[in-house]
Amino acid sequence: MSDTMLVDQVTRALAEHCDAATMREVEARRFPRQAWDALAPMGLRLALVPEDQGGAGLGLETAAELFMALGHHGAPVPLAEDMVAAMLFAASGLEVPEDGVLTFAAAGGTVPWGAFATRVATVHGRRLHILAGGIANGRASISGEPRDVIEHATTLAEVTLPESFGDGSARSLTALIRAAQIAGALGAILALAVDYANTRVQFGRPIGRFQAIQQQLAEFAEESACASVAARSAARAADKRGLAGAAFEIGCAKIIAGEAAGKCAAIAHQVFAAIGITEDHSLHHFTRRLWSWREEGGTERFWAQRIGAEAQARGGAALWPDITARDEGIAP
Amino acid sequence: MEGLRFPLRDPPPAAALRARLRDFLREAGRDWTPEIRARSWMGFSREFSLAVGREGWIGMGWSRDYGGHDRSAMERLIVLEELLAAGAPAGAHWIGDRQSGPLILRLGTEEQRRTLLPGIARGELAFCIGLSEPDSGSDLASLRTRAERVPGGWVLNGRKLWTTFGHLCDYMIALVRTSPAPEKGARHQGLSQVLVDLRASGITIRPIRDLTGEEAFNEITFDDVRLPEDALIGQEGAGWAQATSELAFERSGPDRILSSYPLLAESVTALRDDPAAAEPLGREVARLWALRRMSLSIAGMLEDGEDPVRQAALVKDLGNSYEQALPGNLRRMADMDTMPEEVRRMHAYLTQVAPTFSLRGGTREIMRGIIAKELGLR
Ligand SMILES: Cc1cc2nc3c(=O)[nH]c(=O)nc-3n(C[C@H](O)[C@H](O)[C@H](O)COP(=O)(O)OP(=O)(O)OC[C@H]3O[C@@H](n4cnc5c(N)ncnc54)[C@H](O)[C@@H]3O)c2cc1C
Repeated sequence: MSDTMLVDQVTRALAEHCDAATMREVEARRFPRQAWDALAPMGLRLALVPEDQGGAGLGLETAAELFMALGHHGAPVPLAEDMVAAMLFAASGLEVPEDGVLTFAAAGGTVPWGAFATRVATVHGRRLHILAGGIANGRASISGEPRDVIEHATTLAEVTLPESFGDGSARSLTALIRAAQIAGALGAILALAVDYANTRVQFGRPIGRFQAIQQQLAEFAEESACASVAARSAARAADKRGLAGAAFEIGCAKIIAGEAAGKCAAIAHQVFAAIGITEDHSLHHFTRRLWSWREEGGTERFWAQRIGAEAQARGGAALWPDITARDEGIAP
Repeated sequence: MEGLRFPLRDPPPAAALRARLRDFLREAGRDWTPEIRARSWMGFSREFSLAVGREGWIGMGWSRDYGGHDRSAMERLIVLEELLAAGAPAGAHWIGDRQSGPLILRLGTEEQRRTLLPGIARGELAFCIGLSEPDSGSDLASLRTRAERVPGGWVLNGRKLWTTFGHLCDYMIALVRTSPAPEKGARHQGLSQVLVDLRASGITIRPIRDLTGEEAFNEITFDDVRLPEDALIGQEGAGWAQATSELAFERSGPDRILSSYPLLAESVTALRDDPAAAEPLGREVARLWALRRMSLSIAGMLEDGEDPVRQAALVKDLGNSYEQALPGNLRRMADMDTMPEEVRRMHAYLTQVAPTFSLRGGTREIMRGIIAKELGLR
């Protein structure tokens, strides 16, 4: 199956099995069993596992498209976490479990979907620990998605990740997932907002006719397009140079996505006005996820601090040559 | 929203070309003042453009038959990027290379191609854009300058305004009315593009001093100016469509992202020991990277023969906002009075001209209008 066919197929399946009710279920701290059972058999777990280990051998660029598709539906199932955890298993030479739910996290951090996972991969530098059990409900994020804490888990295995993963692979992978999910969610919110603007009538015409509304939604579209290009480009860089080698691009993508999340959530709520902040309306499921996801995998502040410090250390004369060299496959 | 799709595109490996460009620019740029570098493609130097032409870096994608160099659109993009990153005064050939040349190549007669393109590619012929008029800015279709057919050619009357480098250029490609607008319906009908030799009699060029004290743009008056038969470019009456597709070239390039880059680079160096500047500088770098990825995507679409007018409007607006915000953002990182002279002067210059970034080439509001329409609003 070609990569685009897979993305299309997953996109259709998500549209069929996930809706606002699925997001509500997650926020009520119930596992979205029905959606998971419908989607898991598509075999995405093996998507990022190399072919010689029995997987589909897809790259992160295709995965980013899948993460965007998930984000478009509010990512109400842990498919991204599961897929990436399986990649970590395989990369460190472990057999990928066939059943259950997998997830991953940086050591010491909260674990997305931890309480529902059968196996958790925690990353300590380049060491990978596989844990089972003992994951307690943690603090829910702004969006009410499960972000759990490890209490008395059993360690089933301790292995080492390849060098190309670097020391911050859990953070980078989370950043990549969330950046792409933000881009996907922005696409969904924009479609909702355009539809609303074309139907909500005030002063005798659809509010979408008012230039003030048009200009705001145009700005939304700009930010959303930028986030999408950034997330996909970062994933492509990771395919080319490994996670450690693509930390710059992943950081940039997370900064752009985080900034877009803030700006666009504000615009969306302005366009929907009062109805948009009601529990009944689906908008908040998306905007609250934007506010949550930008906090994970390193905030804008975290990455900007890093990228800025690196630019300072290299000096202004190297800034442009470094940017072009990266895209042209030359190590800066 | 198909018109807002951005397929990824990577530039080809071009280490050798970039190295040549960087050497050339280091040498050529020895004496560029901070103001020259801050002016970027709004700086005009015939001598510099001739040197760029000698290197084969103008009209790169055009056929050798017309003085071009048969190179790819991506190689051309690399040249533009390096010129901008260095803050090179590339204004004398910028318009010819970016839009007038490509327009003539696509729609000109064989004769027009042979007489004009080689001169542009050598960096000898400078072109300006004759769109705006006193009463027609954003509402361009309302323009009134008109060319009337007479035996053996045309007679041109009217006035163009804000014509950048009009007083220094050889030719203008003007959008003018060649037949009256229909009483009802599309005002876009009856417009044509004509080539105007700026030395023709009946032309008065009045430079207009701008807020920096410089004279870059002009008011150009046409008083019974005789144009030859072959002044028409493309099809009579199709000027609106032609000018609109030209805008994909005008709006999509790295010149909508990198206008203030030299200031960013100097600031990174000046602030290298200030830990508090790391975060805000990092945000600037991230946006630069992301915008460049968008610009590469558009270059890829252009190379594939697509017409990414809407994507170009989108990236222009994002890019302009970025270029424009830099001087203000820097003020939150440091007091300019304490900065090195190079940074202080670039900053002072850019602070004054940054407002133009979201005006020239179509205003922010017009760009956002184009995007809103593509979204299905209005
Ligand atoms: C530095 C510089 C160089 C230039 N060089 C050239 C050149 O070489 N050749 C050339 O032909 N032109 C040139 N221009 C002109 C430029 O294209 C115009 O300034 C631009 O198209 C806007 O026209 P205007 O200035 O008449 O403003 P107006 O159209 O009068 O607009 C004034 C304000 O009203 C807003 N507005 C107008 N219509 C709408 C609408 N429908 N909806 C919402 N808001 C609206 C605008 O966005 C703007 O904020 C240059 C301009 C500058 C600043």
